[in-house]
Amino acid sequence: MNPYRRSPFIRISTVLVYIFLYAPILVLIIFAFNSSRTNVLFGGFITHFGPLSMNGSTVIQSPCGPFHWFCELAKNREVMGATKNTLTIAFISTISSTIIGTMAALALQRYNFKLKSLTQVSLYIPIVIPEIVMGIGILVLFSQVFTFLNGVFGITGDDRLGMGLQTVIVSHIAFSIPFVTLVVQARLQGFDKSIEEAAMDLGANELVTFWRVTFPTILPGILSGGLLAFTLSLDDFVITFFTTGPGATTLPIYVYGLLRRIITPQVNALSAVWVMIVFSIMLLMQKLENRAS
Amino acid sequence: MSEFAVELQDVIKQFPTPEGGQVFAVNHVSMQIKNGEFFSMLGSSGCGKTTSLRMIAGFEWPTEGEVVIAGTPQGHTPPFKRPVNTVFQSYALFQHMTVFQNVAFGLEMDHVAKSEVNDRVGKSLDMVQLSGMGKRFPKQLSGGQQQRVALARAIVKTPKVLLLDEPLGALDLKLRKEMQLELKALQQRLGITFVYVTHDQEEALTMSDRIAVMSFGKVLQMGTPVEIYERPNCKFVADFIGTSNFLHGTVKSVENGKASVYIQELDAEVMGLVSGDISVGETAAVSIRPEKIRLSEQSAFNQNCFEGVVSSTTYIGSDTHVYVNVKGNRIKVWEQNKISSLDPKAYYSVGQKVWLTLFPENTLIMADK
Repeated sequence: MNPYRRSPFIRISTVLVYIFLYAPILVLIIFAFNSSRTNVLFGGFITHFGPLSMNGSTVIQSPCGPFHWFCELAKNREVMGATKNTLTIAFISTISSTIIGTMAALALQRYNFKLKSLTQVSLYIPIVIPEIVMGIGILVLFSQVFTFLNGVFGITGDDRLGMGLQTVIVSHIAFSIPFVTLVVQARLQGFDKSIEEAAMDLGANELVTFWRVTFPTILPGILSGGLLAFTLSLDDFVITFFTTGPGATTLPIYVYGLLRRIITPQVNALSAVWVMIVFSIMLLMQKLENRAS
Repeated sequence: MSEFAVELQDVIKQFPTPEGGQVFAVNHVSMQIKNGEFFSMLGSSGCGKTTSLRMIAGFEWPTEGEVVIAGTPQGHTPPFKRPVNTVFQSYALFQHMTVFQNVAFGLEMDHVAKSEVNDRVGKSLDMVQLSGMGKRFPKQLSGGQQQRVALARAIVKTPKVLLLDEPLGALDLKLRKEMQLELKALQQRLGITFVYVTHDQEEALTMSDRIAVMSFGKVLQMGTPVEIYERPNCKFVADFIGTSNFLHGTVKSVENGKASVYIQELDAEVMGLVSGDISVGETAAVSIRPEKIRLSEQSAFNQNCFEGVVSSTTYIGSDTHVYVNVKGNRIKVWEQNKISSLDPKAYYSVGQKVWLTLFPENTLIMADK
């Protein structure tokens, strides 16, 4: 028998790791069903449909029963607007960064060019440096460029170039590219170039070879790279915080704003939904990885 | 139509080295491969055989010289426009496609009608004994079966020339022997020119009509298996193909295709047939195959006959391999066990004195390189 199996240390540390990782998430989800108005105190689960008495005084008509806070969330226009922004940003930045990142990975894998090793190293930089540095950097870049352009073209008033959805999208594309490239590169490591030669040998030109042979072969890698980019974009707070503008509030930014005012279990309901979505995406990614290998 | 399926005309292929220099992968190679021929390029790794094949397929372009296929110079024609198909060493099957889709891929690229595709893929799979396997994926097949899929995929388009890059390299010995015969039979049935790359000399001898022996980017000798084995034109070929004993000496005379070489170690002259280019005064190699030496207990001739002592023997069933020490030279002799005997003396014993006869008609004098 494996001697490490018996060690109580292993068991205890395993349990502790799980507690510290998942207890907060579990508590967060439990509080989404709170019958209290604040998410600091747990007033018990909402157990029935119909009128609700909260914090001893207010009585609320709730048709949703235990899912009261989820219904409130759905009615909240600000939340819906932020959700729409978040998803718009995530979809556009995921598609763009997946395409660009995959092209970069292919180029790095098959061609030798000047400054190739520098290009490779430069991929790690956005991953390694603190996000806040990136955020400030992008902010400075955008404001300088916008000030310059507004000045040169004499743009004034509401037409002035400024921060908004577009700046968030551009910066999300930028920070996602290295992640996609590295994931696709890993997939390309074991790529047998002779299958491309075989396709050409059988009469397929370069384009047909790419779409019929290369692309399907590396698709699992592209998909898991894309999913990674998608979750990164959904979750991002720091860079978004620096590059967002009026009307471009995303969910993380919105929740942060809420925390500074009143915190209602709506925030928990929102987080619970979020956790479920991200968790599903990660599961899907895992499945793709398994299929790939 | 040209008499030749493939011609390499003074082809050179250089590759850049990481140090910034240039290396010759193929160095002034010319070949003329006839229609319907089973032609092998034989050599150890790095001899340029695979590069030559890849230049015919169009995956590489010659630095200088020309590849001509069926009378048409190929220049920089891309692989998908050449009338050749390739069986890859790694099989290079499309893992995301079924066996049927793999084989149909080439026909699909030619926009062949669907009913004809079904028909031709079926026939092609029949030919490699894989009928009924069409719906499987490559991963679900054994190595031998995958090899057959690669073959079916390459022959389904009935190319003018089929290029095979060590296709049997990954198979175990028994399967390899089976496939050798099958490939040869298939080639004869289809009448397609096969250009076959291998490092296995036995494989090349078994299957080929003609063989080009290559080394360091050059063709050393081109000929039929019999010519290559019986009349190697230099020491490298004699050594690479089969087994040979070599003695080295100075050429004393060359006359009517025969030569005499003085071997200092034996203090004797050896007579033999001239094989390749040699001239008087040069250093030459005397080559004789172990199965062509006569062992006897008494001296039989005055010429080409040497006394030695048996230094070791190995009984291998059909033959006995006898090593004889002749004045410091270890000579291998393979004696066929023509008589069935349980007596150990019938198979020579260590320390025994013997006479070796190197018949001049079995002894070859060749360039020492």
